[in-house]
Amino acid sequence: MYSYTDFDERFVRARIDEFRGQVARRLDGSLTEDEFKPLRLMNGLYLQLHAYMLRVAIPYGTLNARQMRQLAYIADRWDKGYGHFTTRQNIQFNWPKLHDVPAMLDALADVHMHAIQTSGNCIRNVTAGHFAGATPDEVEDPRITAELIRQWSTDHPEFAYLPRKFKVAVTGSDKDRAVLRFHDIGLRLRKVADEIGYEVVIGGGMGRTPMIGKTVRDFLPKKDLLAYLEAILRTYNLSGRRDNKYKARIKILVHETGLEELKARIDENFAQQKRVLPDVAPDVVARIAGDFLDPVFKTDPVQQLTFSPALQAFIDTNVTPHKRADHVSVTISTKATGATPGDVTSGQLLVLGDLAERFGYDELRISHEQNVILPHVHRNDLPAVYEKLQLAGLATANVGLISDIIACPGMDYCALATARSIPIAQQIGETFADLDAQHDIGPLKIKISGCINACGHHHVGHIGILGLDRAGVESYQLTLGGDGTEEATIGTRTGPGFAYDEVVPAVERLIKAYLALRHGPEETFLAAYRRLGIAPFRAALYEVRDAAA
Amino acid sequence: MARPFAPKVATANHLLEGDVIYYSRPGWTRELSEATVARSPEEAEALLREASGFPLETVGVVLTDVTLENGVPTPAHFRETFRTRGPSNYFHGKQAGHV
Repeated sequence: MYSYTDFDERFVRARIDEFRGQVARRLDGSLTEDEFKPLRLMNGLYLQLHAYMLRVAIPYGTLNARQMRQLAYIADRWDKGYGHFTTRQNIQFNWPKLHDVPAMLDALADVHMHAIQTSGNCIRNVTAGHFAGATPDEVEDPRITAELIRQWSTDHPEFAYLPRKFKVAVTGSDKDRAVLRFHDIGLRLRKVADEIGYEVVIGGGMGRTPMIGKTVRDFLPKKDLLAYLEAILRTYNLSGRRDNKYKARIKILVHETGLEELKARIDENFAQQKRVLPDVAPDVVARIAGDFLDPVFKTDPVQQLTFSPALQAFIDTNVTPHKRADHVSVTISTKATGATPGDVTSGQLLVLGDLAERFGYDELRISHEQNVILPHVHRNDLPAVYEKLQLAGLATANVGLISDIIACPGMDYCALATARSIPIAQQIGETFADLDAQHDIGPLKIKISGCINACGHHHVGHIGILGLDRAGVESYQLTLGGDGTEEATIGTRTGPGFAYDEVVPAVERLIKAYLALRHGPEETFLAAYRRLGIAPFRAALYEVRDAAA
Repeated sequence: MARPFAPKVATANHLLEGDVIYYSRPGWTRELSEATVARSPEEAEALLREASGFPLETVGVVLTDVTLENGVPTPAHFRETFRTRGPSNYFHGKQAGHV
């Protein structure tokens, strides 16, 4: 994986020293809060409902064992013994004290991590499919591109004050595991006539105005990537709205300008860029690619093992095929019954580091679905990995099932939230705790956001849940049929909202209706919804109210 | 028609700790029940002005509605209820300090 150069090291340490000085000046009154706030946000430090929150970048969701252990140390030393993995493959610490934050940043820098550009109207952490480098279906490891973009975008002087935040995702496969079409820019690596390049998608996003990204280039040669990104960003920086923060994302520019007109402007800018900006140098790409080479895989013959029913259930849900037949990728769910999605204790972080070191070639990934992945595990090591996960409370066999829920922090932590989301996820998890029943229900993605900003990706949930404040009471809107994969679909709102204690019964009615309506277990919830439309599900949802009316 | 005036307190986050605090003349408290209550628009304006004079202790001073129970301020909105106790998924924040 990528290691800091001397330049990176000096840059990150200098930023910490600068921030240490800014904190000191805030504390002695030299800086007002209005002056300090943008500075702390540039370093990933938010002030939330009950405390400060430090958001740490995990570039394209990739970590090694040493970094995972350092996150555990930080959680114990300066926080409350746990971290929260987010839907942007980052980790958040919910309880730092202001004067401790420079020391936390020092500790992160010790393992080549930082919190730069995890906030603010800049280019944020670049995300990638979480099976990158391991899955058999990819054209190329997308982390090479993601790292190139990270280097280009970090502290890019022209793009430090964009109209709004800007999110980029990269996938190396036709199978979209990075919610590509809901990003400001989505890049899909593709191969045409033996040349690898990108499909470039712009203007996707969730939030209060969800939009599916549109393809602005079917095939962009790799050498043109940075010039083309510069052209998009420059066009957006010049033309994006700054009069209204709710209309400032590039998706609104695409919508208001029209794709063809905007494409013409980007192309014009691109032509100018091409005259001044060199092609992406092959030696630069080769150097980055050198950081993402395959590990030296074990070649032990695969033993024919007999698995316990519990391990077999785990394999059925949490284990994914690898590009090598003798290896697999293991997804570790953070969603044990009643758990907070994305939360991992310091003890569990240590176990994850140990597993990566012992069985995973020192590699870990964080998924946008708030799970942790061991991308490369030899099949013979599965029983040992499973046993250690069980002991750590990390062996829940529910990946892709109804209790594998994405949930934002909601009003339990977030200052922007309008309702809670975590307790809803916990209650759904408890209601559907029986794994056999979960397997019977089959693949189903529930995603919960505690406000319209949609950090919980509710728009692309097969069942989406959005928490709102309606006249001083928590109220939850349900959407159905959303899909964040390559079949990108925005969920359809079902109708009137539900009170806090009505949400789980409403989900139960939906599931009951699905089980009654489906063409057998092979027809998933989403497939049944697409076949039947919203009507029968809406009827099931509101039957109680209609009967009472 | 204008809404009837609701009693108010001044609240903020503590600069160093980040936790929720309330203005309790002449300083700050971590207990809503001890907060100074404004009972008229004029009192509220004065309270906010006064509470805003502690830039080295506070961040984001605002007024928030409260309900008075036997003269003691309690939250008027669920968001404020959560701010008085901390998150609901763990026994963290103020609720832990109340034990």
